Amino acid sequence: MKTYPLITEILQIVAVLILAPIFIGWIRMVKCWLQGRTSAGLFQPLRDIIKLFYKEVVLAENASWIFRFTPYLVFGVSVLAAAIIPILSTDLSLALTADAIVLVALFAIARFFTALAGMDIGTAFGGMGSSREMMIASLSEPAMLMAIFTVSLVAQSTSLAQIALVIGHGPFILRPSLAFALLAFVLIAIAENGRIPVDNPATHLELTMIHEAMILEYSGRHLALIEWASMMKLFLFASLGIVAFFPWGIGEGSLKDIPIAFVLLIAKLFIAGIVLVLIETGLAKMRIFRVPEFLGSAFLFATLGMLSYFILE
Amino acid sequence: MTTSLAAQINSVLAALILLTAFGLLVQRRIYGLLHLFAWQGLFLSISTALVGYAAGSHHLYISSILTLALKVILLPYILHALIVRLQIRKEIEAVVNVPTTMLIGIALVIFSYHLTAPIMELSTLVTRSTLAVALATVMLGLLMMITRRHAVTQIIGFLALENGLFFAATSATYGMPLVVELGVALDILIAAFVFGIFFFQIRTTFESLDVNQMAKLKEED
Repeated sequence: MKTYPLITEILQIVAVLILAPIFIGWIRMVKCWLQGRTSAGLFQPLRDIIKLFYKEVVLAENASWIFRFTPYLVFGVSVLAAAIIPILSTDLSLALTADAIVLVALFAIARFFTALAGMDIGTAFGGMGSSREMMIASLSEPAMLMAIFTVSLVAQSTSLAQIALVIGHGPFILRPSLAFALLAFVLIAIAENGRIPVDNPATHLELTMIHEAMILEYSGRHLALIEWASMMKLFLFASLGIVAFFPWGIGEGSLKDIPIAFVLLIAKLFIAGIVLVLIETGLAKMRIFRVPEFLGSAFLFATLGMLSYFILE
Repeated sequence: MTTSLAAQINSVLAALILLTAFGLLVQRRIYGLLHLFAWQGLFLSISTALVGYAAGSHHLYISSILTLALKVILLPYILHALIVRLQIRKEIEAVVNVPTTMLIGIALVIFSYHLTAPIMELSTLVTRSTLAVALATVMLGLLMMITRRHAVTQIIGFLALENGLFFAATSATYGMPLVVELGVALDILIAAFVFGIFFFQIRTTFESLDVNQMAKLKEED
């Protein structure tokens, strides 16, 4: 057995674990600058997580095993997803075991359990958050799969490593299908990660929150794990976008590629963060009943991408 | 610039035209519709000039400039002036809700692709692949005229439909003869003036531009 896929695998997981809170810190920092506020610094989310680990866990009396199990499951799924996506190198031990569709299913499992945990305690907010989350999920998943299928058609494979290789090394062709898929992917990523205009991660306002409503009852290390996992989810969506649409510079099975891949990843995430902040600052949070339209247009873009692959390429 | 690169850029422009056609279909605000219509005209004009360059048929430059002058500047300006004069501000009511309209639109795109697939096999032109998009734009314009109640929106749908026809002509045959194109351009301009007069007439008669009001014109049984 070759050792370097294993080494890159471990390096990548560690990188995702540490970079995810820093990426969130970067997004908050740019947002603060744009709004003329002083930011708390790049490492504040990391400090928040560490602080939460030292806090005591307060459990509701009627909490079942689902409530206690969910944080570990959600965190575990995020780490597994971090091991599958070829972020630093396409030659990973686990990259061959799962493709993009499995990745969507993994995120679905995490979401399913979060929704269950939201309902488990029996508070009104948890149930409301769960039902909203599932509504958004039912709309965003078809669009997500459609966008993935479009990219897979171009790359002739659903394997993420193969997609990165084909798009990164093929001759440069202007592809309207990929542009449409990228547009759809950005909309889906915004909805899946609960960013503005679908959900506001910074608020605990009763009537508008979705993700925060589900995890309202969590505290201590449980909350830390869930927060960390949701930061990783945003990071993973950003790197999934990078793998599928801008894969230039991802390493291929030798340790020499890793430093370059790492620097390029940071540079790409730097830009991705700025783009996300510009989207979020430019838009206001939409009413929940406008979300189907928002995700409907994501589905439209993804389908148009697939059609334009057949029609125009 | 090589022919294949020109064909690629033309494909991208075709995709953008299709996108604006869908945008017109789902846009609620009337000023947004006007902007989208102007963008569609702009993409059409660039695409026509590109085809003219790639195919070496220089009369397409003239139709490109004509498109730019008429559909990007003059017609949106006339419609804008009309909207200001008629004082239309409220959001537009659609007959079918937006997600359903989108799905119907997607079905229409698949239908036009299916319809033009045999023609694409026969053609040898660089632009043959965009024919399906052109037909889809026509269909989407038609759908827009069906799903909207407001007279001004229906006119924009009609003009978008005409954009699709023009695009079909460039992509299928490298453009109609110049005389025909000049005639069509003039027609559109005259039509815009006639529409303008009609809008005022409809409004003075029914005090609204909702075409459903015209059902009153039917005689009672």
